[in-house]
Amino acid sequence: MFGYYFKLALRSFKRNKVLTALMVLAIALGIGASMTTLTVFYVLSGDPIPQKSGKLFYVQMDPATMDGYVAGEDPQSQMTRFDSEALLRDKRGDRQAMMSAGGLAIQPEKQGMTPFTVESRYTSSDFFDMFDVPFAYGQGWGVKEDEARERVAVITKDLNDKLFGGNSVGKSIRLNEHEFRIIGVTEKWRPTPRFFDLTQSHYGEGEEVYIPFSTSRALKLGSSGDMTCWGDEPNDDPEGSNGLNAPCAWIQYWVQLDSAEKEAAYRRYLINYSDQQRKAGRFERPTNTRLSNVMTWLDENKVVPGDVRLQTWLAFGFLLVCLLNTVGLLLAKFLRRGSEIGVRRALGASRRAIFMQCLVEAGTIGIAGGILGLGLAMLGLWAVRQQPSDYASLAHLDPVMLVTTLVLAIVASLLAGLLPAWSAMQVTPAIQLKSQ
Amino acid sequence: MDIRPILSTLLRHKTAAALIVLEIALSCAIVCNALFLIGNRLERMQRPTGLAESEIVRIRVNGISRNEDAAAVTKADLAALRGIPGVKSASASLQVPFGGSSWNSGVRLGKDQKISNLSLSTYMGGPDLFDTLGLKLIAGRQFQQNELIEWKTLQGPGFNGNIPVVLITKAVADKLYPGQDPIGKGFYSWGDDPHRVIGVVDTLVRPNDNDGPAANGYSAIFPVNLTYESGNTYLLRVADPSRRDEIMKTALKVLESSGPTRIIPEDDAKTFETMRNEYYRQDRAMAWMLGVVIVALLVVTALGIVGLASFWVQQRTKQIGVRRALGATRGQILRYFQTENFLLATIGIVLGMLFAYAINQLLMGKYELPRLPLIYLPVGATLLWLLGQIAVYGPARKAASVPPAVATRSA
Repeated sequence: MFGYYFKLALRSFKRNKVLTALMVLAIALGIGASMTTLTVFYVLSGDPIPQKSGKLFYVQMDPATMDGYVAGEDPQSQMTRFDSEALLRDKRGDRQAMMSAGGLAIQPEKQGMTPFTVESRYTSSDFFDMFDVPFAYGQGWGVKEDEARERVAVITKDLNDKLFGGNSVGKSIRLNEHEFRIIGVTEKWRPTPRFFDLTQSHYGEGEEVYIPFSTSRALKLGSSGDMTCWGDEPNDDPEGSNGLNAPCAWIQYWVQLDSAEKEAAYRRYLINYSDQQRKAGRFERPTNTRLSNVMTWLDENKVVPGDVRLQTWLAFGFLLVCLLNTVGLLLAKFLRRGSEIGVRRALGASRRAIFMQCLVEAGTIGIAGGILGLGLAMLGLWAVRQQPSDYASLAHLDPVMLVTTLVLAIVASLLAGLLPAWSAMQVTPAIQLKSQ
Repeated sequence: MDIRPILSTLLRHKTAAALIVLEIALSCAIVCNALFLIGNRLERMQRPTGLAESEIVRIRVNGISRNEDAAAVTKADLAALRGIPGVKSASASLQVPFGGSSWNSGVRLGKDQKISNLSLSTYMGGPDLFDTLGLKLIAGRQFQQNELIEWKTLQGPGFNGNIPVVLITKAVADKLYPGQDPIGKGFYSWGDDPHRVIGVVDTLVRPNDNDGPAANGYSAIFPVNLTYESGNTYLLRVADPSRRDEIMKTALKVLESSGPTRIIPEDDAKTFETMRNEYYRQDRAMAWMLGVVIVALLVVTALGIVGLASFWVQQRTKQIGVRRALGATRGQILRYFQTENFLLATIGIVLGMLFAYAINQLLMGKYELPRLPLIYLPVGATLLWLLGQIAVYGPARKAASVPPAVATRSA
């Protein structure tokens, strides 16, 4: 039966080429626009580390003075160095790492290369295992290197190839005029979004050099990213706002907790810690600690750009208009065939059969529109990739979105076909036959 | 023309008529809002910065070593830069509009006040910076050399935050001291002592929009003798904008050949106009995308109107023939369909205005957009009326050309 309806649909298209083309085009335009924006939205709002995003938690507390305190507000978005180092020493999670971004100058030894700056990350040893960073050569450093403030570095494969070519583990690299030993080279790693430090570009390429946080402090290297300071006390720390006791929040602190019990225990631990700091007079504000897993943290920070959300809404509005358009055209098409339907009904076709036949025709238009729409979506994504935003290069159609496109097209066209098919099924054979 | 027969015909084709009305309404709503969004973006891109935009060049310089005497290096650099023919003035800067990073600070009017009155962006510099940016002083005076604090002192341990004088923008003055003379007034931001306002700058925007559009003009300048490492930035002001690129290249060479080994990325040396263009690229892209959607939407709607109108014409061929046989002129038939479309479009537009308003309410809540100005409604309405008339013209003409003889044929 289905095959027969399909054949009828194709025959009807041939009879009304312009009208059919219009419908296919309308659906294709709507699908193309909505799938372009939906793909961008999907890429940007995805889970950056799906295998363990539920086990990784971002830690926050409220160490600021009472100045400007408003009850119920969110705690500081980053941690102080003092609290981060204290939590790191306690080691209450399965894994934990403190981190900050920094810019480093590389003076290459290779002939003919001038010095250049790279973005880098100062962090502690668990970073690599906790975030499943893949290694091409060597590995990350351990607690021993953290404690000894050793001058070791992990670099990316791209930087490795640019500076050395081949395996650079064991070689040395000059960072801000200090000699570092390379102990690991990471494979391409680009979590999207770059969840672990939202003060940096959310979708950028990321850092190229990793060194121990303790070493970065021993060498007084500058940090980058957001920093919030408070209090009026003169700061006597020779390291300024990067000092251990500086009243400044600039560190991201992540912890891995493998079970719900551990999570609950860690929450209690944070409250305890904060209470103790209050008692000791370091914290002034009421205890306000947070532990957010990856997806919650991303949601709270609204990482998907507002423009992308707006474009997605707009595209679906456009799809809706395209569908309304298709409903109207399908209605015109089916009713124009009133007499044909009348004959079929008179010859014994049930209303259900007419309804099915019309839906098959609508669905076929949907498939055609979907395929054309897929092409338009690819064109649209190509256009997105030419844009200046940091997420531009990520805009690609993956198999999930490819299937979604076709499904959306068919579902949309079937929805558009419902009303016209229902009207067509109401055709009374007698009147149609009489007017012949 | 009597519209009663048209209405009664439409009533007999409720579904199809409703569909067209709905389509026009949705298009109208989306087009109004999209036009409004484009208007918003364009307005945003045209905000004045208060700077001599066409004459400024920015060069970024990153130091490697922390051991050198940065103040001395900076002095030598600036002298060399000013020596380049065509350079009017040069200065180090902590931050630049459209430059990305920014320094911000809360401002309180009272010493023991806990909540800030506003947050402003802190520029630092002296008369050099003032001249290089090309700022306009509208009240008070500029800094004097002896009021400038060394960057090293400012960053050093034990600095108490005492900066006695400050320049503010008119936007800050209007917000902090509405209706009063701001000169001589003091506010609190750094340290325990007030900063006294000695002058008011007409306009100086913040480096970025992170604090929202309303706070865009809130800036202050603190009197500081910067080093090139403070903001890793040198600014040049050239006498002749057409020589900017050439002077920029010379300046890069001058900096490379003097002072300690530093990283002076050539891609980061830009004219201020380039920085401005790059900053607004996203807005431009968004405006274009909205424009494309508007056009696509209008085309699809027009095609829908054409499709349904031709269907109706075909369906009513016999009636048209009868009307023609009874004496109706071609013009009357043409006007019948045109009026019919006008009626449908009008209902759609009225409904569309309500939708437009609803969508705007939604956007206002989600994206901090202002209310849709009423002017966009007649614009959208005219657009759709025109569109409807253009779309229906083809089918209506076809209807008008139906010969009266059709009436005599059977079927």
